[in-house]
Amino acid sequence: MSKQKLLRRSGFFIMAALAMVLLSGCEQYIVLDPKGPVAEVEYRMIVISTILCAIVVIPVLAIFAYVVYRFRDKPGNNAPYAPHWDDNKVLEIIWWGVPIVIIGILGYFTARDTFALANPPKTEEPPMVIQATSMDWKWVFHYPGQDIATVNEVHMPVGKRVEFQVTADNAPMNSFWVPQLAGQTYTMPGMAMKLGIQANHAGEYFGSGANFTGAGFAHMQFKVIAEDQAKFDQWAANVKHTAPAMTRADYDKLVTTKGLADKKEYSSYPKGIFEERVMENGGDNHTGHFEHKEATKGEKSQESTNK
Amino acid sequence: MLENIKTFASTFFVTGDPMIYGADVSIVLVSLAALFVLTYFKKWGYVWREWITTVDHKKIGTMYFTAALLMLFRGGVDALLMRVQLAAPDMKLLHSEHYNEIFTTHGTIMILFMAMPFMFALFNWVVPLQIGARDVAFPFLNSVSFWLFFFGAMLFNLSFVIGGSPDAGWLSYPPLSENAFSHGPGQNFYIWGVQISGIGSLATGINFLVTILKMRAPGMKLMKMPMFTWSVLAACIIIIFAFPVLTISLALLFMDRFFGAHFFTIDGGGNPMMYVNLIWMWGHPEVYIVVLPAFGILSEVVSTFSKKSIFGYKSMVFAMMVISVVSYFTWVHHFFTMGAGADVNTFFAISTMAIAIPTGVKVFNWLFTMFRGRIEVSQPMLWVMGFIPCFVVGGATGVMLAVAPADYQYHNSYFLVAHFHQTLIGGVVFPYLAGLYYWWPKIFGFKLNDRLGKWAFWLWNIGFYVCFMPQYALGFMGMTRRLYTYGWDMGWAPLNMVSTVGAFLMGVGFLFQGWQIIHGILYAERSNATDSWGTGRSLEWSIPSPPPVYNFAVVPQVKGFDDWYLTKEEMKKPGYKAEKPQLESIHMPKNSGIPFVMGACWFLAGFGLTMETAFSWMIVPGVIGLIGVGLCMFARSFSYDTDYYIPVDEVKRTEASLGRVV
Ligand code: HEM
Ligand SMILES: [Cu+2]
Ligand SMILES: [Cu+2]
Repeated sequence: MSKQKLLRRSGFFIMAALAMVLLSGCEQYIVLDPKGPVAEVEYRMIVISTILCAIVVIPVLAIFAYVVYRFRDKPGNNAPYAPHWDDNKVLEIIWWGVPIVIIGILGYFTARDTFALANPPKTEEPPMVIQATSMDWKWVFHYPGQDIATVNEVHMPVGKRVEFQVTADNAPMNSFWVPQLAGQTYTMPGMAMKLGIQANHAGEYFGSGANFTGAGFAHMQFKVIAEDQAKFDQWAANVKHTAPAMTRADYDKLVTTKGLADKKEYSSYPKGIFEERVMENGGDNHTGHFEHKEATKGEKSQESTNK
Repeated sequence: MLENIKTFASTFFVTGDPMIYGADVSIVLVSLAALFVLTYFKKWGYVWREWITTVDHKKIGTMYFTAALLMLFRGGVDALLMRVQLAAPDMKLLHSEHYNEIFTTHGTIMILFMAMPFMFALFNWVVPLQIGARDVAFPFLNSVSFWLFFFGAMLFNLSFVIGGSPDAGWLSYPPLSENAFSHGPGQNFYIWGVQISGIGSLATGINFLVTILKMRAPGMKLMKMPMFTWSVLAACIIIIFAFPVLTISLALLFMDRFFGAHFFTIDGGGNPMMYVNLIWMWGHPEVYIVVLPAFGILSEVVSTFSKKSIFGYKSMVFAMMVISVVSYFTWVHHFFTMGAGADVNTFFAISTMAIAIPTGVKVFNWLFTMFRGRIEVSQPMLWVMGFIPCFVVGGATGVMLAVAPADYQYHNSYFLVAHFHQTLIGGVVFPYLAGLYYWWPKIFGFKLNDRLGKWAFWLWNIGFYVCFMPQYALGFMGMTRRLYTYGWDMGWAPLNMVSTVGAFLMGVGFLFQGWQIIHGILYAERSNATDSWGTGRSLEWSIPSPPPVYNFAVVPQVKGFDDWYLTKEEMKKPGYKAEKPQLESIHMPKNSGIPFVMGACWFLAGFGLTMETAFSWMIVPGVIGLIGVGLCMFARSFSYDTDYYIPVDEVKRTEASLGRVV
């Protein structure tokens, strides 16, 4: 195959790949389509860092292409040739200096938003609480305020800050991730971390466990349904009236059966089971290792909740 | 009785998967074929004398390289299996446990049993030659290192057919890797395979550090060392501080699993987060261990084929030293989402971005080495030119990952998978291949075929982008890493299909390279020429190819940086007269079988301790193996007859046969 042909063919492949990326539809790029304030901050950082990186990457690629083109060793190339030219202080200062400045700027934004996410503005009313537990291989959600529970699907009111308390029960570490609402937070047995998130638009969001936990890991996906307060209340009331109660045996069965579970709703659950399980997984041992603050959101450093 | 044997066999051997039966059969067949060939052609003595017991750094390098190539093949097959499984939704090729085992072994093998030995092959082939030495500082230890690596890798690979492969990821986070969630021997294979080879790597680090500091030819001040040697020095410094951390982490994990300790289980007062911290305190520096020598190779190749001295030597050296230090202060970027405070995350975010500065400086220096040069697009140079755009983009996505709030979204997603493959393939594999093509004629006395090489290059490069660019997009679509399957609903299917096609292009590229090597061995034109490329600059190009056992008949007196280039300039001057070399008998280390036996004993020990969880009597071979290791050390400490002299006459004869005037 001639070089031209090879080039043309590789061009074709690259174009095809690009086309695939573009044609597969924008709304699928959920990370780039935030629907709440936390994900918005994260999205903004993605954009800022991409631009700042591009400021270096694009010129470098251009210089590279130019240099290779200009200084090829072929007969008749009359580009200057300086085999001993190997030092230039000005140039060196430029390419140490420019990246330092860029990293400085990026570092500033990073620090600002990292702290902003860790210290969200205080709200008047206390946020609603939902407790999320990862198990092998399912997600169980408790709603202490409503005294109901769900499996593998979670409802939350729209436009309101909801504090997710996350942990893992009798299962390896996992990670709670709802790309359109907030980046990840690890769920760890014996520890409860807080992640305050808010959905600004009603809708159904894709959530998944992001940290590998064994055989059933690929199926640990769940839906987050954000709906306005009235609808949410109605749903909760409906669950309260129609769904079965979760007994201790039900809960134990979820915890101890290694396997997937179907979506389910419960009209009540054993009181304080979340806190109890955090302690039983070793929560009482888990004090003072390194200060264990939550990663993305919340007010105060927090070990296990409600000790 | 028969029943007992049956149950034993079904626990001992991995059963129930046609792929594994296939592997069983091929392992047996290949072993039988090897035994037959060696016996039929009466080569046992040759293999023992020339290879197994050798302490010659060049041969050890060749063995490392062979092993790395085989492991690249195995890791590559793993990769293709995974990519086929992910090509379309609901694929039925691999079930989840099998997929988990495969990504675990793929990651471990690629980094520890492919990249590391490939790197050690280049250390061994090149460093002594570049610094004008006749050997490494501790030749016996060098051989021990190789056999520890080899038997560690064998032990790890054995898990595929015996006992079962590990499946908790290449860093084996607890509690997933603890007994509660991973019983069975797979995880023990991981611990012992990595542990044994890791001890070998630590020894190699010490060996080459001392070699570089102590064995340089007279006149070669530190600031006159070739760039590759500098990069090895930097890598060795990191190895010496990083690998003990790995040893300890694995030892603690072993104690958890074996003695029921609770270092990493919360229920006994331990803490899995401690393991995550420890393993990344090794793991992050580890990626710089493999990438720094790549930087060294690039510097050599760029300067040789631009026919120009390296631009900004001092700042290149400085940059590498900065990287080797700062690489220790970035490990937390692997778990920003684990709940350290904003202060901790900010510190590690910025320290990580900071690494991009010296790294970027090196890229500029390479570009300006080419600038006003005369770029000859030889095979090694081609790979450098593949490296630059790939690594620049991979580095940029690395900076993006370092932004903690953004990483909450990238973490554990396909964006990450794309990024680290871009730096590992673009930044490590491509440069190592450049180094391979570059030094191949030095070590073997022939060049690899150009045409096949071009095919390999283009297939790898195009394949790379087709495979990994879509994965960035998949990350943005919310696809998490380590999924063995997904449904139609997420819209991940088309990009995954593209990605799989790219992986196969790379696979074909690899086949071309295998073909290229076989082709070279069979047909390539041999030449003892010293300066195979004609534009070599450092000392290795001043001696015959392949070099004789003792490398330098006369230890060179080094005048400056790029010493061979200076000599060539000297030779061009009118009235140049070569000095008549004064030959002396040469002091060399003797071969020894102890390293091999010691490696085998480690293997036995590791195997016993691994299988003990399934069969308690396996503790017996385990202990015997450990005793054997002790005995080997004992035997070595009482061997006094470990060196010999090559008489002057023999040196003369060898040199003459290589076409040199002596
Ligand atoms: C040659 C082409 C390669 C392909 C097609 C490939 C493909 C893959 C795939 C499909 C995964 C699993 C991703 C997932 O499910 O999360 C993976 C993981 C990984 N690969 Fe590769 N890979 C290649 C080369 C390499 C090389 C050269 C290295 C290292 C030098 C490497 C290091 C890793 C590591 C460390 C992991 C993570 C394993 C884990 O999650 O525990 N790969 N690769
Ligand atoms: Cu924790
Ligand atoms: Cu790192």
